[in-house]
Amino acid sequence: MPNMSLAKNPMPSQDPQIRARNFDEVAIGYSEDIALDEAQRCLHCKNMPCVEGCPVNVHIPEFIDKIKEGDFEGAYQIIRETSSLPAVCGRVCPQETQCESKCTRGIKGEPVGIGRLERFVADWHRDHTEQKPEPVPSNGHKVAVVGSGPSGLTCAGDLVKLGYKVTVFEALHTAGGVLVYGIPEFRLPKKIVQQEVDNLIAMGVDVETNVVIGKTLTIDELFERGYEAVYVGSGAGLPNFMGIPGESLKGVYSANEFLTRSNLMKAYLDDPVTPIMKGGNVAVVGGGNVAMDAARTALRLGADNVYIVYRRSEQELPARREEVEHAKEEGVIFKLLNNPVELIRYNNPDDRRDPKNGFVTGMKCIRMELGEPDERGRRRPVPVEGSEFVIDVDTVVMAIGTSPNPLIKNTTAGLEVNGHGGIIVDDSGATSKEGVFAGGDAVTGAATVISAMGAGKLAAKSIHEYLSK
Amino acid sequence: MYKIVEKVSLNPTVTMMQIDAPLVAAKAEPGQFIILRVDADGERIPLTVAGCDREKGTVKIIFQIVGATTEKLNHKKAGDFIQDFVGPLGVATDLEGLRKVCIVGGGVGCAIALPIAQKLHRLGASVTSIIGFRTKDLLILEDEFRACSDELIVMTDDGSYGREGNVTVPLKELFENGETFDEVITIGPLIMMKFVVLACQPTGIPCTVSMNPIMIDGTGMCGGCRLTLNRDGKKITSFACVDGPDFNGYEVDFDEAMSRGTMYSAFERHAYEEACNLFKEVE
Repeated sequence: MPNMSLAKNPMPSQDPQIRARNFDEVAIGYSEDIALDEAQRCLHCKNMPCVEGCPVNVHIPEFIDKIKEGDFEGAYQIIRETSSLPAVCGRVCPQETQCESKCTRGIKGEPVGIGRLERFVADWHRDHTEQKPEPVPSNGHKVAVVGSGPSGLTCAGDLVKLGYKVTVFEALHTAGGVLVYGIPEFRLPKKIVQQEVDNLIAMGVDVETNVVIGKTLTIDELFERGYEAVYVGSGAGLPNFMGIPGESLKGVYSANEFLTRSNLMKAYLDDPVTPIMKGGNVAVVGGGNVAMDAARTALRLGADNVYIVYRRSEQELPARREEVEHAKEEGVIFKLLNNPVELIRYNNPDDRRDPKNGFVTGMKCIRMELGEPDERGRRRPVPVEGSEFVIDVDTVVMAIGTSPNPLIKNTTAGLEVNGHGGIIVDDSGATSKEGVFAGGDAVTGAATVISAMGAGKLAAKSIHEYLSK
Repeated sequence: MYKIVEKVSLNPTVTMMQIDAPLVAAKAEPGQFIILRVDADGERIPLTVAGCDREKGTVKIIFQIVGATTEKLNHKKAGDFIQDFVGPLGVATDLEGLRKVCIVGGGVGCAIALPIAQKLHRLGASVTSIIGFRTKDLLILEDEFRACSDELIVMTDDGSYGREGNVTVPLKELFENGETFDEVITIGPLIMMKFVVLACQPTGIPCTVSMNPIMIDGTGMCGGCRLTLNRDGKKITSFACVDGPDFNGYEVDFDEAMSRGTMYSAFERHAYEEACNLFKEVE
């Protein structure tokens, strides 16, 4: 008999007061009992609408059936057929707008907790299976993947399964891309990413760190070196700033820098080699997932007060609902319908050597109200004249998006980009340059991990077709 | 891992190393930089390339021991390995069409200025080099500069070698004597470059500066290396890692760059002292 409870089994999590001061994972994960109970909520609909909602089309009802049978390893193998990174997706996918939004159970009550079950299965596999994936015999064809983020890893994983000799080139010293430099430990532990990378290496993927494609080697040189196709999954690039006075004061970060210092460079550890501003009042400008990650990181680094400053209202926050709720529970203060107009510099006129000189000390904001809807249907925020006020701050993090990285565009003749600098691709992921495919943030601008994985998957299929001609 | 092929101490605070990094050596041009990490969990530091041997596949770096990471690096010997070495990053110095150039180097910045002077000399340009140091003991690369310069002026702050004073003194004299250049290229401490730019200003001679801000990835991702340019009355945010490290000196907001450079000075001093103490204990 299916479990007809209208509500999902809640995710066991660390207490908000405690977790707000540590970097351990927020969500603890389902136990076997909870997973079995939640699996029983799945009706295994004939038309399987959930599968349609998944960018990589995980066979959702089938893996949930295996959970019902208690065959957790079998469930894992079903997910692995279509997804290269189950433990990652179970944690960071926005399931509420994807698979779970299509779930029949969601029509009346809450959908099945598909993401939570996926995570349970991936974690169960990690805890109970020593076995590494087997190397796949090579078909002799070489493919280069640029970038080891979610898109590149997915593309590499699908291609290696088809027998291609895949080399992934990573600019940084560690593989994982945004999964290691951007997403914090408390949402996605680094060891999970490392394990997914290790699995790909065990299957025969080569990972070359410290190679910046567009600088160390160009795309054309990859072809000269015998690669027959190239997938560009180089991710998003330079951070955007608002263009207001004071953005280059000391104590002002882009979210990329703040998160990279904490995550990749491990400034969150007790005795770090990389410095980061800690404590005091931290204002994060922006309302997306990256802003939430930065705010919650600041809290854990020891800030007294952390503010999200966003120019629209709660309804328009682009971050996942769950991330917003988590941030609120942990004590992040939302200053909505406010827009920064100036960052104020600390200056002690009596002491030129005052160490605080040159640091940011205040953020002047103007109140906003919502006006007419813009072209995307979101109500446009308009400033309320004369409503300026100052927030005391010691650190400011700008989390207002990124622009595409120029390195590959500037060094690859014949690769067309759009007005924003994003690489132009067709429905198959092919670019304007023969044999070169692209996907993820390098094409779309900042988006989600799973959409980047979907693009990597599509490109792997297209590369296989291209090289099978 | 990347092998240290050669190590030479140029003076008590400046060391030269040749690193085995064939992919970088194949491409690096004067003005570009690399990023290295000495060991796992180490800090990423940018260093401008001081030369490379394309055949041997080695890249020359010259660094001043100023903090924990350079202290650790200086404790490595020839034959040892460093964890990471990536490049070449940034845009090479544009020397196209230059016939007569003045190179102004300060301190360890001379190590980066040298390959530019050498390349100009190879291209047949006339090179006047002004190199400055605090004192005689810190002098580096004098013979190398002499070999590639039509005129070389050595300055020390305390007059212990060459002429006494800072590099802007002879530069201004050259201008006063009616000397003119297609371009002045200056590399050294921010404060020195700021005053070289000011000295050039009345002449209108183009002045290129090499910026070395705090960086993490060096590939156009983190934005930590941003600086403000004043161009046609507008303020423009630019990124040293992908737009530089060379910039038009007249546009750079040096005061802001100097302020940003001190963001972590307290942390860095502490880390440096700890590293020194650690090595003392080992020894």
